[in-house]
Amino acid sequence: MVPNQKTIKFVLKPLLFIACLIPFALLALKAFGVAGAGFGPNPVEEVLHELGLWGLRFLLITLLITPLKDILHKPWPIALRRMLGLFAFFYVTMHFVTWLWLDRELYWPGILEDIGKRPFITLGFAAFVLLIPMAMTSTNGWIRRMGAQRWRALHKSIYVIVLLGVWHFYWLVKSDVREPLVYLGIALVLLGWRVWKALQKRRATKSA
Amino acid sequence: MFIRRPQPHDCADILPSEITPQSAYLSRREMLTGAVAAGLIANAWPASSVAATTKLTVVKNAKYSVTDKPNTFNDITTYNNFYEFGTDKQSPAENSGKFNPQPWKVKISGEAEVTGEFSFEDLLKGLTIEERVYRMRCVEAWSMIIPWDGVQLADVIKRFKPTSKAKYVAFKTIVRPTEMPGQQPQFASLGWPYIEGLRMDEAMHPLTLLAVGLYGQTLPNQNGAPLRLVTPWKYGFKGIKSIVEIRFTEKEPPTSWNMAARQEYGFYANVNPRVDHPRWSQARERRIGAEGGLFGSKQQTLMFNGYSDQVASLYAGMDLNKFY
Repeated sequence: MVPNQKTIKFVLKPLLFIACLIPFALLALKAFGVAGAGFGPNPVEEVLHELGLWGLRFLLITLLITPLKDILHKPWPIALRRMLGLFAFFYVTMHFVTWLWLDRELYWPGILEDIGKRPFITLGFAAFVLLIPMAMTSTNGWIRRMGAQRWRALHKSIYVIVLLGVWHFYWLVKSDVREPLVYLGIALVLLGWRVWKALQKRRATKSA
Repeated sequence: MFIRRPQPHDCADILPSEITPQSAYLSRREMLTGAVAAGLIANAWPASSVAATTKLTVVKNAKYSVTDKPNTFNDITTYNNFYEFGTDKQSPAENSGKFNPQPWKVKISGEAEVTGEFSFEDLLKGLTIEERVYRMRCVEAWSMIIPWDGVQLADVIKRFKPTSKAKYVAFKTIVRPTEMPGQQPQFASLGWPYIEGLRMDEAMHPLTLLAVGLYGQTLPNQNGAPLRLVTPWKYGFKGIKSIVEIRFTEKEPPTSWNMAARQEYGFYANVNPRVDHPRWSQARERRIGAEGGLFGSKQQTLMFNGYSDQVASLYAGMDLNKFY
C-alpha cells in the first residue's frame, strides 16, 4: 500500500502537520488555562522541559525515516522527513527562546556566561547552532543549489546534533539518568542501523 | 507532664537569652496540658488514614517569621524533591499515600550522655510547637515561603546532653522500600538511607527547626512526615525528611548529595548568590507562585537566604567558595 503523491501532499502531510503541532498546542492550552488545563507550581520549568523533550523526540523521529524506508522497501516516507525535521528545529528553537526569555530573562551577560561556562548548555547551544544551516537549506531550491551530494553531507550533521542533544539532557539531570539513557539507547539503535547498513553494503560490493 | 525547672547550675552554660521567661513557661504548661487532654499530641496521627493529616495546636512566632505571603498548601505539598518517592516533583504527592508515619521512633546515639530509642511523642514532650514562616530555597534555584510548625532543634538536643566531643549532629532518613517506591532497587537515584548533618552551632541555632507540621496540620508524607529538619539559610536538600536517627559525632558526617556529586553539593550548602552551582548560576531564583506565572520574573537570591543577620557570624572568616 503505497500512498501516491496526491495522498502525501493533501492528506498525509496536513495530518502530520496538525499532529506535530499538538504538543505545542497543549502547552498553549495550559498557558491560557483553557478547559481547566494548567501547569504545576513551576510553569517555566515545565514548558522548558516539554519543549526540549519534543525537540529531542522529533530529532529521533527524523532518524526513523531511513530505517522505515528500508523496511518497507519503498521511498515514500522521505517525503515526510522535511516537515519532521523543521518541527524538530521549531521545538528546539522554542526551547532555546524559553530559556533565553523566561529563564534567563534576556540577561545577556548571564546568558553568555552560561553558554561558555556550563558544559551541558554549551552542548545544547552547539546542537541548536548546527541545526540552523539544516533548517535554512531544507528547501528544494537549496538541494538544487548545493547539489545532492553536498546537501546530503551537510544534512548528515543530524547524527552529531542528536548525540549533542542527548548528552545535553544527560548532563543537565541531577541524579536520575534513566530518561536520558533511554533516549541515548534509541539514538544508538537508529544510528547503529545506518552503520549496519553501511557494513552490509560494503560486504555486498566486496563479494560482487 | 515533665517540665524541667531551670536549676541554678544550668546558668553556667546557658545564655540569658535562652532562659524562658516564667510567664511564657507557665502558660506553656497550661497549653500543653490542654493539648494532651484534647488528645492532640498523644494521638495526633491516626494509624488508619495514613495519608491524612491532623490539626496541631501551634503558637505563632512572629519573631522568626518573614512577612512574605506563604505559598499555598497545594504548592507546598505537590512540588517536592523527595526521591524516596520518585524523582519527579509530583511523585512524592502521588506515591506517598501508603507511607505510615505512625508509630515512629527516633534513635539518639553517639557522643551524648542520654541515648536510646525515643518515640516521636516522647521527643516532643514538654515543648511548644511554634509556627514560623520561613523562606525555603532549593539548590535548583526555586523558592517558596513555608509556614512550618515545629520545635527548635536546640531544645530537643539539650535534653540528650551532647558531650564536648559532639562537634556535629548527623541525621538519617528511614529506609522502607515497601512504602517508599523510590527506594526499590530498580530505581537508582541516591544511595539510601538519605543522610545529612550540621555543625553543632548550626544545629543549636535558634532558627534550626525540627518541623512536625505545616499550616497548622501534621506533616503530609511528601513533606517528610512525621518530622524533618528545616535550616532556612541553607539549600533545601539539607532539610532531611522522615528522620529516624540523630547522632552526635566528632567528625564531619557524610551527606547524601555530597556523596552523589561532590563538586556540586557541599556540607555547608549555605544559600549564596555569589557561589554558583557548577551547572547553573545561584544569583537568582524562581519564586513558586509569584505574580505573572509563566512571565513572572525571577528574583534576586539573598545571601544566606535573607537570614544573614542571624547566621553570618557562624561563618565569619570561612572561605565560602571553598566550603560551599
